[in-house]
Amino acid sequence: MPKTHVTMKVNGSEVEGLAEPRTLLVHFLREQAQLTGTHIGCETSHCGACTIDIDGMSVKSCTMLAVQANGSDITTIEGMANADGSLSALQEGFRMMHGLQCGFCTPGMILRAHRLLKENPSPTEAEIRAGISGNICRCTGYQNIVKAIQYAAAKINGVEFQEAAE
Amino acid sequence: MIPGPFDYHRPASVSDAIKLLADLGDEARPLAGGHSLLPMMKLRLATPAHLVDLHGIAGLKGICRDGDRIVIGAMTTQAELLASAEIGTSLPILHETALLIADPQVRYRGTLGGNVANGDPGNDMPALMLALDAAYRLEGPNGVREVAAREFYQGAYFTALEPGEILTGISIAVPPAGHGYAYEKLKRKVGDYATAAAAVVLTMAGGKVASCTIALTNLHETPLLATDAANAVIGTTLDDAALKAAATAARAIMQPASDARGPAEYRTHVGGIMVMRALQRAASRAS
Repeated sequence: MPKTHVTMKVNGSEVEGLAEPRTLLVHFLREQAQLTGTHIGCETSHCGACTIDIDGMSVKSCTMLAVQANGSDITTIEGMANADGSLSALQEGFRMMHGLQCGFCTPGMILRAHRLLKENPSPTEAEIRAGISGNICRCTGYQNIVKAIQYAAAKINGVEFQEAAE
Repeated sequence: MIPGPFDYHRPASVSDAIKLLADLGDEARPLAGGHSLLPMMKLRLATPAHLVDLHGIAGLKGICRDGDRIVIGAMTTQAELLASAEIGTSLPILHETALLIADPQVRYRGTLGGNVANGDPGNDMPALMLALDAAYRLEGPNGVREVAAREFYQGAYFTALEPGEILTGISIAVPPAGHGYAYEKLKRKVGDYATAAAAVVLTMAGGKVASCTIALTNLHETPLLATDAANAVIGTTLDDAALKAAATAARAIMQPASDARGPAEYRTHVGGIMVMRALQRAASRAS
């Protein structure tokens, strides 16, 4: 099957490569762009581990073709730290609130939470839970993930988050 | 898990897309949001040799008011429906239902046109389109035609779409101000298709139901318009007897599959309950 030349901006850098039409975006990111932080979980658009941010949307990169991302602007977990290399508010929240155990779901959780907080900087707990309903975690029971996102929202809004991790 | 090989086409206009589909024939499928078709291709339940991606056609997106109707481009996503003030005001049942479809990530990609055109009995929007008496704009090699949603669904994955035709838009008459509405969906988990679901749009006058339409999701191989159930409540105060009569009439036309969501008897039973709950909630919203 002939390959197509695709170009996209990933975490601020131009990435280009050849992709078959059937190449899924997640495979392109992991294998061509060598960015393996985006995880492959269920491969059936259920689990959310492969969630990335693309042109202002949270998308499951296992259910989008690499050729469809031609010309797009993508953020993956590798692009989530602050410019000086320090942890972003969300990364710090997941660390401080123990928002992960095995860590497999974390890149998808953080990218989903990133878009959620862009759209709604002060979400209620219910809005956070609805907002991450497309991301499955099998370790934490979600409590500390919710708190991690609350921590990040507070930090972004200049407020100190008072609660402790469970 | 990746799809089998195929050729990818990205036309920039509806006429180019139609020409491609006409030239490529049965082996080509239009690609909208891709959240039904790509998973089916991974499982080899669909093996098109050509995908005609509609994302490059700017004219297929958008929500606009045209007199007393709302016209929605087929490639408008569920997320765009949710973000639309016009939908929230004029067609709030679409907002309520879009929130019950899949999950946030899928809603950024999943489109209204794909949801209604695919013919999957599990999709939620077709029942709304029956309840609201929507019209679908179909464009193909022989021109443009409009087909009522109520005439569109012929069987599971079988619709009135002719080979080479694309559903390009949906037109819905705005329900009267003060109408009541509800979409009640029983599902096992976030992201699941309905075990049973019911859409109700009604108006009330003097404490009685003045007009009512009811439609059902995933309780037959096509979405169903439950006309007898709606007639059973028109003119009533929605007392217990009327609600039960509606549920009984709705159950009489249900023929759900027995599957992982439950045996047919169970799904029929809860289907009636969805009808009763949707009627009550719709009435509580009507003024």
